[in-house]
Amino acid sequence: MAGMVEKRGAGYWMTHLGLIIGLLFIFFPIWLAFVASTVSQPEIVKPPMPLLPGDQFFENYRKALFSGINAPVALMMLNSLVMALGIAFGKIVISLLSAFAIVYFKFPGRRLFFWLIFLTLMLPVEVRIVPTYQVVANFGMLNSYSGLILPLIASATATFLFRQFFMTVPDELAEAARVDGARPMRFFWDILLPMSRTNIAALFVILFIYGWNQYLWPLLITTDPSMNTIVMGIKQMFPSGDDIADWPVIMATSILAMIPPVIVVISMQKLFIRGLVDSEK
Amino acid sequence: MEKRVTFKGIWLPLLLVLPQLVITAVFFFYPAGQAVYQSLFIPDPFGLSMQWVGLGNFEYLLGNAYYRASFVTTAVFSVAVTVVSMGVALYLAVLADRLIKGSGVYRTLLIWPYAVAPAVAGVLWLFMFNTRVGVVTWYLGVLGYDWNHVLNGEEAMGLVVVASAWGRISYNFLFFLAGLQAIPRSVIEAAAIDGARFWTRFRTIVWPLLSPTTFFLLVVNIVYAFFETFGVIHTITGGGPQQATTILVYKVFSDGFVGQDLGSSAAQSVILLVIVGALTILQFKYIERRVHY
Amino acid sequence: MATVSLNGIKKTFGKIDVIHGIDVEIEDGEFIVIVGPSGCGKSTLLRMVAGLETVTEGEIKIGGARVNDREPMDRDIAMVFQNYALYPHMSVFDNMAYGLKIAGTPKAEIAERVNEAATLLQLSDYLQRRPRELSGGQRQRVAMGRAIVRKPSVFLFDEPLSNLDAKLRVQMRLEIKQLQRRLGVTSLYVTHDQVEAMTLADRMIVMNGGRADQIGAPLEVYANPQTEFVAGFIGSPPMNFLPSEIEPDAPEGARTLGVRPEHLRIASSGTPATVVYSEALGAETLVHVTLPQGGQATVRQDAVIPLPAEGAAVHLEWNATDRFFFDAEGRRR
Repeated sequence: MAGMVEKRGAGYWMTHLGLIIGLLFIFFPIWLAFVASTVSQPEIVKPPMPLLPGDQFFENYRKALFSGINAPVALMMLNSLVMALGIAFGKIVISLLSAFAIVYFKFPGRRLFFWLIFLTLMLPVEVRIVPTYQVVANFGMLNSYSGLILPLIASATATFLFRQFFMTVPDELAEAARVDGARPMRFFWDILLPMSRTNIAALFVILFIYGWNQYLWPLLITTDPSMNTIVMGIKQMFPSGDDIADWPVIMATSILAMIPPVIVVISMQKLFIRGLVDSEK
Repeated sequence: MEKRVTFKGIWLPLLLVLPQLVITAVFFFYPAGQAVYQSLFIPDPFGLSMQWVGLGNFEYLLGNAYYRASFVTTAVFSVAVTVVSMGVALYLAVLADRLIKGSGVYRTLLIWPYAVAPAVAGVLWLFMFNTRVGVVTWYLGVLGYDWNHVLNGEEAMGLVVVASAWGRISYNFLFFLAGLQAIPRSVIEAAAIDGARFWTRFRTIVWPLLSPTTFFLLVVNIVYAFFETFGVIHTITGGGPQQATTILVYKVFSDGFVGQDLGSSAAQSVILLVIVGALTILQFKYIERRVHY
Repeated sequence: MATVSLNGIKKTFGKIDVIHGIDVEIEDGEFIVIVGPSGCGKSTLLRMVAGLETVTEGEIKIGGARVNDREPMDRDIAMVFQNYALYPHMSVFDNMAYGLKIAGTPKAEIAERVNEAATLLQLSDYLQRRPRELSGGQRQRVAMGRAIVRKPSVFLFDEPLSNLDAKLRVQMRLEIKQLQRRLGVTSLYVTHDQVEAMTLADRMIVMNGGRADQIGAPLEVYANPQTEFVAGFIGSPPMNFLPSEIEPDAPEGARTLGVRPEHLRIASSGTPATVVYSEALGAETLVHVTLPQGGQATVRQDAVIPLPAEGAAVHLEWNATDRFFFDAEGRRR
C-alpha cells in the first residue's frame, strides 16, 4: 500500500523488524515444542530447559510413534487420517450431489430441503453435543470410524459453496450437453465435476484440517485408546494426579499432530486461501 | 436467483439429496430436537423416567450464580480473544502490506498456526507456562513474578486467551491482508499527494475502507471464541480454577457428560443455539449489505 | 435433412403469454431467420424447436414426425448458442466429439468426422487447444463444428454472432451462409439484427410481441411490409412515418403514411420541410428534416447531390407507388 510512497529508509527496516517480531511470537511455542521433543525428560524437569535442540530426536519420536503412552501415536495418526479424509470426502460427495439436485432440478420439496440444510449452517456440533452422543451410542457407533465421521458431515456449508458455484455455470452449458445427448448424471460427471475441480480441491483443504483438528467429538466417543485420534490423544497422555508428564513424548506427539495439516496448508496455499475466502462468503 | 431449470425428473433429484437428507435428519435435526425436548424435563436420579418441568430448567439456570458467572466469563473471554487476535493480525497485515516484495514469504510463514488444532495450541502454551517445567514460568520467576495459573483465575484466563488468540492470528491476518490489498493504490497515493502521513492515511482512509472486513472478522471471531476454543480450555485449565475459565460451551460439556445433568445441559444447548442463531443472522445481514455495495 | 413445421405454437410462462400462435412450414434445406426486437419471443420459439422449452400448445414436427415430447438429443437437431457454450475444460476436439461419444459412435469414425469438420472450418491446427486459448471467431467456429459433426437434420442458431465485433460478424455471416449452402441442412436462425436477417434468410419470420407479423423472402418483406412494425423494423435507416393527412387521397381508416428514405426526394415543390442536419456517409447522404405538421423524416440521397444547408426550407416529394398506409392498429391499408 504505502511501499511506493515511502522511501526505502528506516521505515523499510522497521517494517521487516516488526514482522520478524510477529513471526517470533508465532513460532516460539512451536520451536519450544520441537526442542522439547529432542531432549530427555531430566533436561526438561530441571528448569530452565534448553532453547536449542538436543540429541534425543530419534529416541523420542520412535517411542511416541510405536509405543506412545496409551496407544502408539502412529495408530492415532492413522485414526486421524481416516477421520479427516472421511469427513472431507464424505462431505464433498454428499454436498456435490445435493447441490446438483437443488440447482439443476425442480422437484417437490426442493424449497423445503433448501431451508432445512440452510438451518444446519447455524448450529455447530458443540451445541447439540449431548443428544448427538446419545444417537451415536444408540446406533452402537461409539469407538467406530462411522461414529467419528458421520455426525461431522451433517452440515451444509459445502452444499452452499457448491450451489453458489453451480449458479455461476452458464445455463447454456447444460443445454448444450442436453442437445449433445447427455443425460443428467452424464452432464454431472463429464462437465460439472471437472469444472468444479478447483472448488473441490480448495474445500478439501479446509475440510481436511477441520477433520484432523477435531477435539471434543473424538474425546466423547472414543473411549478405547486404539480409536483415539492424535489431537485428542495428546491430552490423554497427561497423567492424572501428581505424576510428572512425559514431556518429550508429549511434545513429539504435538509436533506429529501438526505436521499433516501444516503440509496440506503450505503445499496448497493458494487453494487454501481461496477455500477459506469462499467458504466464508 | 434461479436457474432456468434444465433437467426433468423427480426420482433422480430426490435420490441425489437423500444421503444429505438422511445424515442431516439423523445427526442434526433429531439431536437438535432432542436438545429442545430434553430442556423441558428433569430426569430422575436413576435415569428411568423424565419429569416435565416446562421452563423450569431455564429458570433455574438464569437464577444460578455459576451459570450467570459463566456468561460473564464467556463475554470477557470472547472479547479478549477477538481483540488480541485481530489486533496482532491487523498489525502484521499492515506491515506485510507495506512490502512490495516478500509479503508472500511472511504470509507463508504466518499461516502455520491455522493448521495447528486448538487443543494442540493449548498443549504448547501449557508447556511454556507449566508451573513446574514451563520456560516462561521459570524466567518470570527470575524476574520475581510467581506465575501460577492453576491457582490464579486471572492468570488462567490470560493464558487461555493468549493461546486461543494465537491460533486465530493466521486467519485474521489472511483476511486483513486481502482487505488491504483490495484497497486501490490510487486512493492511497492521492492521500499521500495531499500530504497525509502514514498514520493519518491509515486512520482516515485505510481503516474506513477496511471496515467491512473488520466487521466480518468480528462476528466470525466471536463465534470461534464461543465454540472452537473448547480444546484450548480443556487442555490448559479444564475450566478452572474455581470455574474461572468455564465458558458456556465448556459448561454444556461438563454438566452434560461429567455432571450427567441432562436437562440442564440441554437447556444450556438451547440458549447457545439462540445466541448462535442471533450471530448468524447478524452475519447474513452484513453479507446482504455487502452485496448492495 | 428434413422439413420443419410449426402448427399453432403457443407458449405461456405462468400466466404470461409469450407466444400467441405461430404457424410456419419450413422446407427441406431452407434457411429461415427469425428476427425481432428483444423480448419478442424469438429465442423462446427456437428453444421450443430445440426441446429446451416445453410447448404449451400446438405441434412441432421435424421430418414429418411430432417431436413435442422428445428430448433434444432425440430430435436430430444441433444448436449453436449465443455465448457458444463450449465446455471450458475440454479440448476443441473433445468439444466437437462429445455428442458423438455419448451416442456411442466408434472412435475412428469420431476422429474422421471431427477432422473433416475441422478442415471445413479451418480449425485443424487448434484441435488440442482449450476454448479459452482461442479467439472469439475461432470459438464461434468450434461451436459450429460441434453442430456439424453430428450431421443433424436441422441447425438451430441462437444469435450466434452477437458476441463478435462488427468486422468479424460480417465475415462469419458469410461463412455461415456458405456452409449452410454447401451442407444443405435446414436451418433456423434467431437474430435481432435485421441486416443479418436480410443477408442470410431464404425466408424470414418477423416477430413482434409473440406474433409472427410477416413471413416471407427478405426482399418481398422489404418491398411489401404487412404491418407498420415490420415496415419500421426492416430497413436501415428505418421507414419514415408521417401523418396520413398529408396525402389527400389516403384510403379510409389510414392513420399513418410510410415512405422509405430512399423514396423521398428533395425538390422544388411538394410537402414543405425544414432541414435539421445532414449526414454525409460517402456514397450517400442522409438528410434529416422536420415537417410543419409534426414528425421527422430522413431522406436518403446520392452523394453527388449538393448538401442542403442546415435550417433551409425545402420541399419533399415521392411517388404514389412508394407509399404505404397503415391504420390505427398498424395494419396495412
